[in-house]
Amino acid sequence: MANTPDYSWPPSSTRKIMGTGPKRLDGPVKSSGRAKYSSDLNLKDMLHGAYLTSPHAHARVTSIDTSAAEKAPGVQSVYVIVSNGTEVQWQGAEVAAVAALTEEQAREAVRLIKVEYEVLPHNVLDHELGKIDPAFTQKAGERMQGDPDKAFTEAEVVSDGIYGIPVVTHCCLEPHGQVIQWQGTGDASQIQVFPSTQNVTAYAGDLGQRLKVPVTNIRVKMDYIGGGFGSKFNPDAWAIVGANLSQKAGGRPVKLWLDRATEQMIAGNRPSIFAKVKVAGKKDGTITGWQGETWGSGGVAGLTMPNNIPYVFDIPNSRRNHTQVKVNGGPQRAWRAPGNQQASYISCSAIDDFAAKAGVDPMVVFAKAVPYAQQARRDTYLFQLQKAAELSEWKTLWHPRAQNGNGPVKRGLGIGIATWAGAGHASQCRTVINPDGSVRVEMCTQDLGTGTRTIITQVVAETLGLPMSQIKLLVGDSSLPPDGSSGGSTTVGGVSTSSRRSSVNALAKLLDAVAPDMGVPADQLEARDGLIRVKGTPGKSLTWAAACKKLGTTSISEMGVFTARGNDANGMTTAGVCGVQVADVSVDIETGVVKVNRYTAVQDCGLVINPWLAQSQVHGAIIMGIGTALYEERIMDQQTGKMLNPDMEFYKLAGIMDVGDIRVHMDIREENDKRGVIGLGEPPAVPICGAIGNAVANAIGMRVPYIPMTPEHVLNTLEGRA
Amino acid sequence: MSSQKDSERTGKPKRGFSRRGFIRGVGIGGGALGTGLLEQEALAAPPPAKVVGPGPVPITLNINGKPVNLKVEPRVTLCDALRNYLDITGAKRVCDRGTCGACTVMMAGKTVYSCTVLAIDAQGKNIETIESIGSPEKLHPVSAAFWNNDGQQCGYCTPGFVMACKGLLEENPHPTLDDLKKGLGGNLCRCGTYMGIKAAVMEAAKTMPAAGGKKNG
Repeated sequence: MANTPDYSWPPSSTRKIMGTGPKRLDGPVKSSGRAKYSSDLNLKDMLHGAYLTSPHAHARVTSIDTSAAEKAPGVQSVYVIVSNGTEVQWQGAEVAAVAALTEEQAREAVRLIKVEYEVLPHNVLDHELGKIDPAFTQKAGERMQGDPDKAFTEAEVVSDGIYGIPVVTHCCLEPHGQVIQWQGTGDASQIQVFPSTQNVTAYAGDLGQRLKVPVTNIRVKMDYIGGGFGSKFNPDAWAIVGANLSQKAGGRPVKLWLDRATEQMIAGNRPSIFAKVKVAGKKDGTITGWQGETWGSGGVAGLTMPNNIPYVFDIPNSRRNHTQVKVNGGPQRAWRAPGNQQASYISCSAIDDFAAKAGVDPMVVFAKAVPYAQQARRDTYLFQLQKAAELSEWKTLWHPRAQNGNGPVKRGLGIGIATWAGAGHASQCRTVINPDGSVRVEMCTQDLGTGTRTIITQVVAETLGLPMSQIKLLVGDSSLPPDGSSGGSTTVGGVSTSSRRSSVNALAKLLDAVAPDMGVPADQLEARDGLIRVKGTPGKSLTWAAACKKLGTTSISEMGVFTARGNDANGMTTAGVCGVQVADVSVDIETGVVKVNRYTAVQDCGLVINPWLAQSQVHGAIIMGIGTALYEERIMDQQTGKMLNPDMEFYKLAGIMDVGDIRVHMDIREENDKRGVIGLGEPPAVPICGAIGNAVANAIGMRVPYIPMTPEHVLNTLEGRA
Repeated sequence: MSSQKDSERTGKPKRGFSRRGFIRGVGIGGGALGTGLLEQEALAAPPPAKVVGPGPVPITLNINGKPVNLKVEPRVTLCDALRNYLDITGAKRVCDRGTCGACTVMMAGKTVYSCTVLAIDAQGKNIETIESIGSPEKLHPVSAAFWNNDGQQCGYCTPGFVMACKGLLEENPHPTLDDLKKGLGGNLCRCGTYMGIKAAVMEAAKTMPAAGGKKNG
């Protein structure tokens, strides 16, 4: 090929498959219960593993005796994770594990392991700074810009408030774990592993390094994953433990998954944050100053000072202080837009309280703050505020605080906002066109249920002018071309760009092969509707099958590479979206129960490959957000250091009756299309706590400081106990 | 593991008290009492029913129309028997204590959480799992409706939802939106697919043959 091929997306007017909404390709296998998740696998000679975990929040191991467990019926191997002197820093920390013939035997055997601990002081409090032992807190500095003291002195209106958002857990329905088999030792080792991971490609490298086994001898496979949400990137301790149990048991595969309680305690959570905020401004609703003191915790490592509060709006005069709180609880992990829900909640709440104090409609106050947003986003935010107001019937339904009806059920509306990046990650794809006309696409990505399989297939089918059913796609196997991790909403931009490039390259080879027989140069040919045809002369064509036959016995195999560095995206994928959402809730002031009536989301997006699945992403993000806004909270007991709700009865997720009517406006427009593909997993998950918190405040006329908006928190506020 | 160890524990639960340890000792149903903890009641009670275990016992389950023989400890749940012993993995183990519905199967014509039914207690009842109601190539109307309405993302909750939905429609072929919210309130999804699920149930109500075979074909 003499010239660099044109990889750019086909114009929206000519697209036949991209931009339409085919159903997800893995739908039939999932909805018939036949999808085999890694946790479903039963391999030949497989053993079952079980963990012994720490009952203490903070303790030093002084002795460990596994002799009884080793002799227990069915036990094939025992692996001790800690040693004498090891400090365990949270309840649920892994101490030892057993592999046995049955799961029941493994569970019984771990109960026979005797561990003695010297219990050490712990802290699990994060919410009232004054009540926390200073040994567990650390000042993390002050940041200032402009002249906040002057701004507050000259302010016409000053509002203040306390806001808090607790630790929530990922609570993936498929827990963390894997089926793993380690045969041989050292360089002669062979490892095969079936994990539940958001990063099949990097998993092998990470595991190899930790087990000192060449990556070439490790095969990672995963067809389906039962939820990750940011908590499932690395092999983690349990893969190392599982591998060792397998090797010690003579190389038999071991199935080791966390039980629900351990999953809730150690397998990922979103850090808490609490804040005291003062906002200064003018009577017309213009904000001029911000003063915020924050604290929070993501575990024993504390929580570094967030750099995104105030969120989105860079208020010119501000002072921020932060205190890290160390908590003896399972460590934080990335949680669907890390740091953003917390920043959005605190900032949107404070802005809403300022609006109430100034007596100005919050829609107006948010709009007046838009000049503080990034230049590139300002028009979009203004458009979105207007659109969200229209779709939520803001003008009709919104009333100032304390004017929301005389009965016990009060209705209120509130605003939340979001921003996120979402450009594609580095990605490599191979497209193979065979002489029999079949097409195989290979990429070591993973489909989290976001529709990754479907959109890759759409891109390749569009490029080759074939129906989707003719494309065979392979993902989730470390023997395929290396790809990236599904995190940060980077998957769709990465895999769509590499699969477009790969299929454009493969098609160019096919056109080269058939051009002589067609009697025109290759650049005069195009692939459309299952044909290779001469541009402008549709009658002159070859069927796809006839064209591929001309390859003789040699298949075409072409890579498409996207490095995600520099400018090689060329408009195929870019970063940067924003969003505005409005919650409409009813609050019963007698029971404290909050109900979502309607939820409106206006979502900025780039080129959307599958609007149907994109909308599902937004719905899902909002529903998950409603759960965190109304129900979810990791509850810790300071007396014992234990998590009181490591289950799904008292750690409550939203159910089908809790979500109300959700209205999504995807902002699909030609000018957005030109920005290329941008990920959507995270941005719509950001504003919900802010929007619902503000709607509750609007309904009852008082700020409920703490998420989740449970009857307890609502009634405490109404009774002045908050 | 052995009965000897169990008797060692009599009167003095060592490491707390596990649900499974308790269930294991209790044996079949609620009538058979075997643990030391309940010894006094046991003495006062009528002669106990047949006590089995704690080791593996042979059982026969009637699964998807076929009798299946297996040997499991009495404490093994129906969910674990299906998944670990029979490689029938459509039902998922998620909360493992009757909250989330991911393990839903039909037993004697009713939906049950298979994590809260002992395999040994499931004998003599017809057990129907998602594997018996269609295949990816020939989807059951409820499964098809979930696909058509994008009522799934990661899909881990989906088999449980499909079975719960089927159970709901067999009892109530014409559910209102409120009926379906109540009927499926015992199943949880983490990806947030409820919008698609609501639409799926409404579609399935039209396409699924009614329990009596009367309606809608």
